[in-house]
Amino acid sequence: MSATQAIQSANDFVIKFANVNGSGSASANELFARAIMRMGVPVAPRNIFPSNIQGMPTWYEMRVSGAGWLGRRGGCDLMVAMNPQTWDRDIAEIEAGGYLFYDSTKSLPRSRFREDITVLGIPLTEICNREYSDPRQRQLFKNIMYVGALTALLGMDFAVVEKLIADQYRGKDKLIGANVNALKLGYDHAQANLACPIGLRVERLNGVGDKIFINGNDACGLGAVYGGATVAAWYPITPSTSVIESFGNYCRKYRTDPDNGMARYAIVQAEDELASIGMVIGAAWNGARAFTATSGPGISLMQEFFGLAYFAEVPVVVFDVQRGGPSTGMPTRTQQSDLISCAYASHGDTKHVLLFPEDPYECFTLGAQAFDLAERLQTPVFVMLDLDIGMNDRLSRPFEWDDQRRYDRGKVMSAEQLDAGKTFGRYLDVDGDGIPWRTIPGTHPTKGAFFSRGTTRNAYAKYSEAGTDYVYNMERLRHKFETAKKLMPAPVVQRASLPSRFGAIYYGSTSPAMAEAFTLLEAQGVHVDIMRVRGFPFAAEVIDFIDEHDQVFVVEQNESGQLRMLLINEGEVDPKRLIRVLHYDGTPITARFISGRIADALSEHKVTPIRKQVAI
Amino acid sequence: MTYLAKPKLLRADAPRNTLGYTRRDYEGAISTLCAGCGHDSISAAVVQACFDLDIEPHKVAKLSGIGCSSKTPDYFLGASHGFNTTHGRMPSVLTGAALANRDLIYMGVSGDGDSASIGIGQFAHAMRRGVNMTYIVENNGVYGLTKGQFSATADKGSKSKRGVVNNDTPIDLVALALQLGASYVARSFSGDKEQLIPLIKGALRHRGPAFIDVISPCVTFNNHAGSTKSYDYVREHNDAVNRLDVILPRDQINTSYAPGELRRIVQHDGSILHLRKLDTDYDPSDRVGAMNHLQERHALGEIVTGLLYVDSSAEELHRHLNTVEKPLNQLGDAYLCPGSKALEALNAALR
Repeated sequence: MSATQAIQSANDFVIKFANVNGSGSASANELFARAIMRMGVPVAPRNIFPSNIQGMPTWYEMRVSGAGWLGRRGGCDLMVAMNPQTWDRDIAEIEAGGYLFYDSTKSLPRSRFREDITVLGIPLTEICNREYSDPRQRQLFKNIMYVGALTALLGMDFAVVEKLIADQYRGKDKLIGANVNALKLGYDHAQANLACPIGLRVERLNGVGDKIFINGNDACGLGAVYGGATVAAWYPITPSTSVIESFGNYCRKYRTDPDNGMARYAIVQAEDELASIGMVIGAAWNGARAFTATSGPGISLMQEFFGLAYFAEVPVVVFDVQRGGPSTGMPTRTQQSDLISCAYASHGDTKHVLLFPEDPYECFTLGAQAFDLAERLQTPVFVMLDLDIGMNDRLSRPFEWDDQRRYDRGKVMSAEQLDAGKTFGRYLDVDGDGIPWRTIPGTHPTKGAFFSRGTTRNAYAKYSEAGTDYVYNMERLRHKFETAKKLMPAPVVQRASLPSRFGAIYYGSTSPAMAEAFTLLEAQGVHVDIMRVRGFPFAAEVIDFIDEHDQVFVVEQNESGQLRMLLINEGEVDPKRLIRVLHYDGTPITARFISGRIADALSEHKVTPIRKQVAI
Repeated sequence: MTYLAKPKLLRADAPRNTLGYTRRDYEGAISTLCAGCGHDSISAAVVQACFDLDIEPHKVAKLSGIGCSSKTPDYFLGASHGFNTTHGRMPSVLTGAALANRDLIYMGVSGDGDSASIGIGQFAHAMRRGVNMTYIVENNGVYGLTKGQFSATADKGSKSKRGVVNNDTPIDLVALALQLGASYVARSFSGDKEQLIPLIKGALRHRGPAFIDVISPCVTFNNHAGSTKSYDYVREHNDAVNRLDVILPRDQINTSYAPGELRRIVQHDGSILHLRKLDTDYDPSDRVGAMNHLQERHALGEIVTGLLYVDSSAEELHRHLNTVEKPLNQLGDAYLCPGSKALEALNAALR
């Protein structure tokens, strides 16, 4: 290594694993991430995977952050280069002074390395070939072996990883022994042949607390169980597929009748997204809580049905795990690019309710709440997460549930109410909030039946092409949307340490990067108030926040500034006051990116950081 | 046809079924279809079938897509909930509704454009999924509301009102339903209520996907010489294989049949299908035989009608999914929400 100083850091670095898709590396990498968390050190791992089952390159990026920053940092301090296909670009990506770990079985010319990094080689293939005869074992244990080597290189506690393996394979003793053995082979070899520990170290900390480690899709599936969903219809699509798989797993666990083993739920894999949303609409019309999970292309295919649900006022829930699109490839990368196509989905003056969870905790809570909101408002509700939250395990607040809570089934008229002579007009605004009453099919032998249609009917659901009936209905729907504003989850505001004329608005998976950027900017003396929007229609506080500031950055992960468009359109905000901060290359947004863009923009505005003023 | 309101007066001696309902209780709004439209006869047949079967009107959910046929659920069973959905997508909405409440009777009404063109995918998948429903296609071979374009069931060589000849091969929904696993498959003619009413009754009492293709002439756009879906053509080429009587457990059987003339099929609910054979060789339990017979007769320009296939032991979607007996839409919070204790245990497992 040349004069470049090797990076020295405890509990604050990025490790990136370059692997071959389908080689079993994902579980070894996850095991390693969990081991670091068991030492009390927060970790944020991210899978960067191809549209492929086997053979194409895949990366697992792991940010170790004692400070608890869970956003993507960018850069790489230690590259675990296990994929010859991507060797050159992987080597190039290492920060100056960083580290390279590789399989040194086959010697490589010096020119394939860099002078300004520390190279750590272990002949993994050679050891595996010596120790194991079965090809699959050679592959899988090679992964565990590098976990063992890294345990030594980062100065970690071997016993922690050993215990983790024991916990993970509880009841399968053979597997425990074999895995621990492979782990030890790697650990011992590193201890004996390399200078352990290197400059990057994991040191015990109390930074994880009672947090749980789960991905957003699983949390959505669980939220749907707790939210009382009984019918799910879906069509497989990355990155949303595991929402339904998780719903199914949790249902089997929690919703199987203990007496007869029968299911208190129904899951149907439909022939396409049109059929899946159709089934959800049918089930919800018939009084069951129902949902689907999809991604951008599915949202496009469901457009006509969203309009029907909107105008027939059927309470459906849609989990949209956003991604790049269309076609294949970018769809395995993250984006927040479906806001407009969901907010105004369908034809004929529609407007929908959106929720923006920031992490698995909110995927669960907002996922469950979505069913209450949908039934209260009798309208489709979209839970807008993305691949970054959905498919990556994330440290998250533990889930909570109040056992006193009861589902809000909204305005459903019962047979008793009908018998008591309560006025029933399916699309009649009797309470002044724009929300009509509905009846569930089969409620009463002679009262309360109606024929659902799109818009061609009067307030009593009788066929009508009269303009006055149409206008009455549209005005009531507008009123209902106003009611929705009051039911949306409140935005979350963090004020700068000094009063500021500048604000920033963000949502969803941008959250951890934004929180970190806020701290970075504060440290530079740049003060910006930040607000996390959690729902659409916007709560009144969102527009108030913009009014309070001269200019507001709108930080999002799409090319067209879709939240900004919604703010301009729905909040009647002057577009000049909303500055775009847009990240859309398919990688999750970083704090470096956000703070850089905001600092640059403010310097263009000739805003002198407070600290510089003081220095003069 | 007419926008005049029906008189509210009911004759005191109007016949009542065992539940005390009159036929009027099964009627709906006044039809807005053309005078003489075959679809109105089908609506009347549905009314009669439900009356005869003592069905409580509110225990039926009727769903449709878009088109003339799909307007008809408004014209029968006014005390039932109905859903006029989007074009070609009734099967999925019906499937979802059936998932939510297994106790109601689901009736899907569609047309040839709705089911054979835009909705052929959903038609196919609802059949193969085994949804418990009565699915009626009111088949006139033509788009009426958009004024006379051919639909996908129009026969090759048939002529439109303007004289255009259809060159595309027709889709036979009965053949598709047979191939895709429908467990009750029939074809009928809107002009033959003696045949149609029992077929609807049998379907309503069937468990599993019951499909009835009803040739229903469009008097305005497809009732001319050269059409194979006109009243005249269908009357001349109607090749019925059998005649059905549906016998409920409460009924006394008075009719007697010559040996070999009758086939008796007991459905899961105890109702009995009496099939009087018109074609002695025809076997309605032979799915493949039914498909062959249809093809052979179609090649000769004949329209095979009757109960073409039935499997009274068939299962349906809820059995496949093993769902609880109580309708899903009636399960209370306690049955659905695992509660905080389960969540704490789950949190612990995620650390």
